[in-house]
Amino acid sequence: MNSSYAVPAVALVVVATVLVGAFGLRISRTTSDFYVASRTVGPRLNAAAISGEYLSAASFLGIAGLVLVQGPDMLWYPVGYTAGYLVLLLFVAAPLRRSGAYTLPDFAEARLASHAVRRLAGAFVVGVGWLYLLPQLQGAGLTLTVLTGAPDSLGGLIVAVVVVATVAAGGMRSITFVQAFQYWLKLTALLVPALFLVLAWQSDGAPRQAFEEPATFREQRAVRVDDTLDLKLDHPLTLTVNGTVDGRRYDAVKLQLPTGTHHIERGTRLTFAKGATVPVADRGTNGGMSTSLAASREERPLYATYGLILATFLGTMGLPHVVVRFYTSPHGVAARRTTVAVLGLIGAFYLLPPVYGALGRLYTPELTLTGDADAAVLLLPDRMIGGVGGDLLGALVAGGAFAAFLSTASGLTMAVAGVLTQDVLPSRGVRHFRLGTVLAMVVPLAASVLVGGLPVADAVGLAFAVSASSFCPLLVLGIWWTRLTPPGAAAGMLVGGGSAFVAVAATMAGFPGTGSLHALLAWPALWSVPLGFLTMVLVSLATPGRVPTGTAAILARFHLPEELRAEVKA
Amino acid sequence: MPQDPTERRVVVTGPPRRTRRASGYSRPRTEIDEQTTLGHTYVRSLMRTQLRAALTVFAVLVLLVGPLPLVFAATPDSHRLEWLVLGFCLYAPLVLLALWYVRRAERNERDFVRLVEDR
Repeated sequence: MNSSYAVPAVALVVVATVLVGAFGLRISRTTSDFYVASRTVGPRLNAAAISGEYLSAASFLGIAGLVLVQGPDMLWYPVGYTAGYLVLLLFVAAPLRRSGAYTLPDFAEARLASHAVRRLAGAFVVGVGWLYLLPQLQGAGLTLTVLTGAPDSLGGLIVAVVVVATVAAGGMRSITFVQAFQYWLKLTALLVPALFLVLAWQSDGAPRQAFEEPATFREQRAVRVDDTLDLKLDHPLTLTVNGTVDGRRYDAVKLQLPTGTHHIERGTRLTFAKGATVPVADRGTNGGMSTSLAASREERPLYATYGLILATFLGTMGLPHVVVRFYTSPHGVAARRTTVAVLGLIGAFYLLPPVYGALGRLYTPELTLTGDADAAVLLLPDRMIGGVGGDLLGALVAGGAFAAFLSTASGLTMAVAGVLTQDVLPSRGVRHFRLGTVLAMVVPLAASVLVGGLPVADAVGLAFAVSASSFCPLLVLGIWWTRLTPPGAAAGMLVGGGSAFVAVAATMAGFPGTGSLHALLAWPALWSVPLGFLTMVLVSLATPGRVPTGTAAILARFHLPEELRAEVKA
Repeated sequence: MPQDPTERRVVVTGPPRRTRRASGYSRPRTEIDEQTTLGHTYVRSLMRTQLRAALTVFAVLVLLVGPLPLVFAATPDSHRLEWLVLGFCLYAPLVLLALWYVRRAERNERDFVRLVEDR
């Protein structure tokens, strides 16, 4: 891919981010500006900012890559990301804003009057935030590597530096402008190339094999395998091999591989005939975003799909960077309307990744073998249109991808730094907030350099599963149930979130190779969410004496419309 | 004024005056403000109506989305349908559900304010 346009595009996005942030800095004066933009952000600006923050690397590149590799089942991801906002709106949005707290730990303390629960919630926020920052940094590294061949960690480093600079300098007020700007940038960066790509597809005679399963090659295509991989075949496959397969060397030999798993050495050139089925590489040897837990999906697709649905539907409300945003609305009614606008904005955005996924299946099916499936969005313009036009569109997409990493990473850093400043560092105040920002970013950056090959989609899935089984019960029961007690909340978070965390960590460490136990651990939401709720309810019922004394007054504050509320406080 | 020995302080009784109502304050509002048991009952009733609204919309969401994986699994040849539904057809209903809920929730709140302010 030609990087002479892409690198300036990425640089432009980075510079524009810093400039818009600096503009926010000029009007960011008070501490309240810093943390919550003085709670005066109107629904439209706020909705664009929330959407800009929410559409991460996983949305921008990951979905198209996942769909390319694993087919339409993966479209549940964007559906879940969107529906999660609907569930958030139904149960949480307005009361959360009216609670008057700033972070999830603030909410826990206000609702339960317990410092221990606050600490625990803070620990979960930092954990989930770091888990979610990791894929952003790795995605940035991947993008820059695909575009320029730069070393893997460089992209992550750039994102980390820019984010720390903008967040530490301007706080929430400047971030709001940055993110609103980046939503529109991301939408443009996917929409404009998509229009051209669809036109190119039309003029190509509008082939429709993309929707067939499995994907097939439309024309004869040669693929160079850059990393050694295992190829799993459900049917015998005829192809021309130039290199080493299953330990035997072939020199431009046409052969038929029988059903089963085949080991392809790196540097091998495979030539597929027209109409041949696109084989699937066996599990993530490459650490890209699209190699998530593929094995367990094939074994128990229904279980995995429902696990995914539950995790994304209920996990959204507990993501730290999502929650913080609600405190910037002026009042509860605005918080609700903002959420509806967000649903519209992200719903519109998510119409686009499937288009890239489908076109990727048509025009770049070999990406599933080279392990660069996440780069499908970046490579398609070049592949389908080519020339200067293709390069320019590719540059636009690359700029949008960087906007995606920057905006989500800023939001997460903001949230994690807020918790670190308030609960870990010795004194509060803007200077310590800046220190917290650096801390919030250094840990995931170090992890991304050290861990390197962690499958990115797994990290995202883990963040959603942990959030769904810890924060979702805390928020829903905290807002709607009068008998919640501090011990109940703590136990529920520990048992639900903790077990989800252990389950996915065990899967990532490769603990149980296959079987139903593997599926159970890889997609924990289906059992860990009910477990979290159940523990929270049962322990609360067992400790009725510990119901905080001010519960009734606090619930009144959560639910009463603002016009009645001034008197309640007085 | 000379003191008249026969002048005494007398208690005049009569029907109680509705001072609170006259000053524009109504009873439910005060009950809520003073956090009496009755006031809490008002708040609980608001919570119940809001929760009912949320659960209704949530039930529709579950009915809309829940059976889809089963449908796709039961008809393995329906890949085109799966692409169409998951890729492009679910977002508009989600936004409509959100709009419906917001209208209901805001109406509930308006009704509640009218009730407690006695307008």
